[in-house]
Amino acid sequence: MTAQEIIAIVKERFGPKIKAEKLDAIDPYIVIDPADLVEVCRFLRDDPRLQFDMLNCISGVDYCEPDPAKAAKAGFEPHLEVVYHLSSFVKRHRFVVKLILPRWKNNTPGQLPEAPSVASLWRAADWHERETYDLVGVWFTDHPDLRRILLADDWEGHPLRKDYVFPLEYHGIRGR
Amino acid sequence: MSTTLERDEQQIIELDVRTDEMLVSMGPQHPSTHGVLRLVLRTDGEVVSEVTPHMGYLHRCAEKIGENVTPIQFIPYTDRMDYLAAMNMNLGYSLAVEKLCGMKIPEKAQVIRVLIAEMNRIASHLVGMGAYGLDLGSFSPFLYAFREREMILDLFEEVCGARLTYSYITIGGVHDDLPDGWLERCSKFLDYFEPRIQEYHTLLTKNQIFIKRTAGIGILPKDLAINYGCTGPMLRGSLDRTQGDPAWDLRKLEPYCGYESYDFKAIIPPFTDDYYDDEHFGIRPRTPPEAVIGDCWHRFYVRMLEVVESIKIVRQAIDRYPKAQGTHRIEPPRHLPVGEAYVETECPRGQMGFWVVGRPNKDIVPLRVRARSSSFCNLSVISEICKNCLIGDVPAILGSVDIVMGEIDR
Repeated sequence: MTAQEIIAIVKERFGPKIKAEKLDAIDPYIVIDPADLVEVCRFLRDDPRLQFDMLNCISGVDYCEPDPAKAAKAGFEPHLEVVYHLSSFVKRHRFVVKLILPRWKNNTPGQLPEAPSVASLWRAADWHERETYDLVGVWFTDHPDLRRILLADDWEGHPLRKDYVFPLEYHGIRGR
Repeated sequence: MSTTLERDEQQIIELDVRTDEMLVSMGPQHPSTHGVLRLVLRTDGEVVSEVTPHMGYLHRCAEKIGENVTPIQFIPYTDRMDYLAAMNMNLGYSLAVEKLCGMKIPEKAQVIRVLIAEMNRIASHLVGMGAYGLDLGSFSPFLYAFREREMILDLFEEVCGARLTYSYITIGGVHDDLPDGWLERCSKFLDYFEPRIQEYHTLLTKNQIFIKRTAGIGILPKDLAINYGCTGPMLRGSLDRTQGDPAWDLRKLEPYCGYESYDFKAIIPPFTDDYYDDEHFGIRPRTPPEAVIGDCWHRFYVRMLEVVESIKIVRQAIDRYPKAQGTHRIEPPRHLPVGEAYVETECPRGQMGFWVVGRPNKDIVPLRVRARSSSFCNLSVISEICKNCLIGDVPAILGSVDIVMGEIDR
């Protein structure tokens, strides 16, 4: 099934909940609100025409230019994106769903933005969400066990944030 | 009176045979964890009730490095992800960048890529096979596997100068053309290698001890495998041809590099006698009666048969190379376009995905590089398939997953 048909089916069901769509992208995608994520994903997984039974990847991207001199030319407003790459074992098609989040919740630095967890739909999301939390800093609500996965438990900060400051020292180990 | 006595007796008996749950830490320096992985096993006697993997010992945040270097500079970092199949890692990242830039790769480069990637698949599965024997206490298959792998590494060394971290496949094609006489040496190796496969089967696949340790152990049902995002031999070992399962191999389903024009099979159980054709060099180990689809034995055997398919592909690529059009490499673009591209390739351990996001201001350095690791997803299912198995079976199950920690930790 082509991305156009998939988007048509999702739009027919959800209509205004689809905030944006991009068909001319290399991998066409839709943008939805975090609040609708679980509902839309459940539909994508369970609808007999779509059957997205495999979650390939969850990635977080930090759109931010830490250098104020370059910020004007960066070409984007500071925000976070969480991107879900789905594929179907039975139907052999792929699709991408995106969430757009603020960089910090309530614009308070240090408070992680929140997105609902889809670990109840795909178990693969469990570790991918832990990794996204660990490295990008997105808090997944309703996750069964959200803790750091690759970094140490007492690590501070989320390295894939663009304004991440590299630590100079960790438990007596020199950083640079 | 009699009741108190009974109670006392019960307490004594309870103290005598009482068993507590015990936490056993396996790794991070355990030989069978294939690198620095720590498993915490919650055990009740010999029975494992819960497995919690702890990883990150090899974490270098390669994704962060990817945001600070150009795509070509990032190629050596992909080598260090799955260091046993570095060529396949190079290929995955190159394809992602090429998809983003919309580049068309010449035929000659494509043929070299297929040839090299399949040779690396053979080498990687040889290590997987040898190390699996090692996990189960059989030392000799490892030596046999490394004898042949060494020859592949020699061939790779001739091509690119490195034996493990090649950086040979790069954006726009491959780094250098094949040296003179390389194809003949490669064919000679295949002629030498093919009859040796029989030896591996004699040593492992048909070995009764090996069968007892693997058949019927660590059964992974298909639905669970898909739900956990397992791919590669891990998933294919759980599929069933007779149930109409598709051949879940990206080389077949979403062909890249011209795989659609090569003649090979995706390996899907069950391996009944009608499965084999004559091209299998007379290898027909029977599926042991204890083996169930989705168990360790099937995962192992899928890899062994994939080696045979890879040989077929390499032979076809060798025939094609002299007639292939174009050059081995084209010039990559000076900057990345706006947009994002996600590419998954069939690596020896499963589907390795790379996602590259270009900057809106047309820089050469990408905004984000994401590596979707196949071993990462394959490992996440371990707590599920190790439930209620014996401690002694944990290395057998873990070995059959065939993980590489460099790829998980990135």
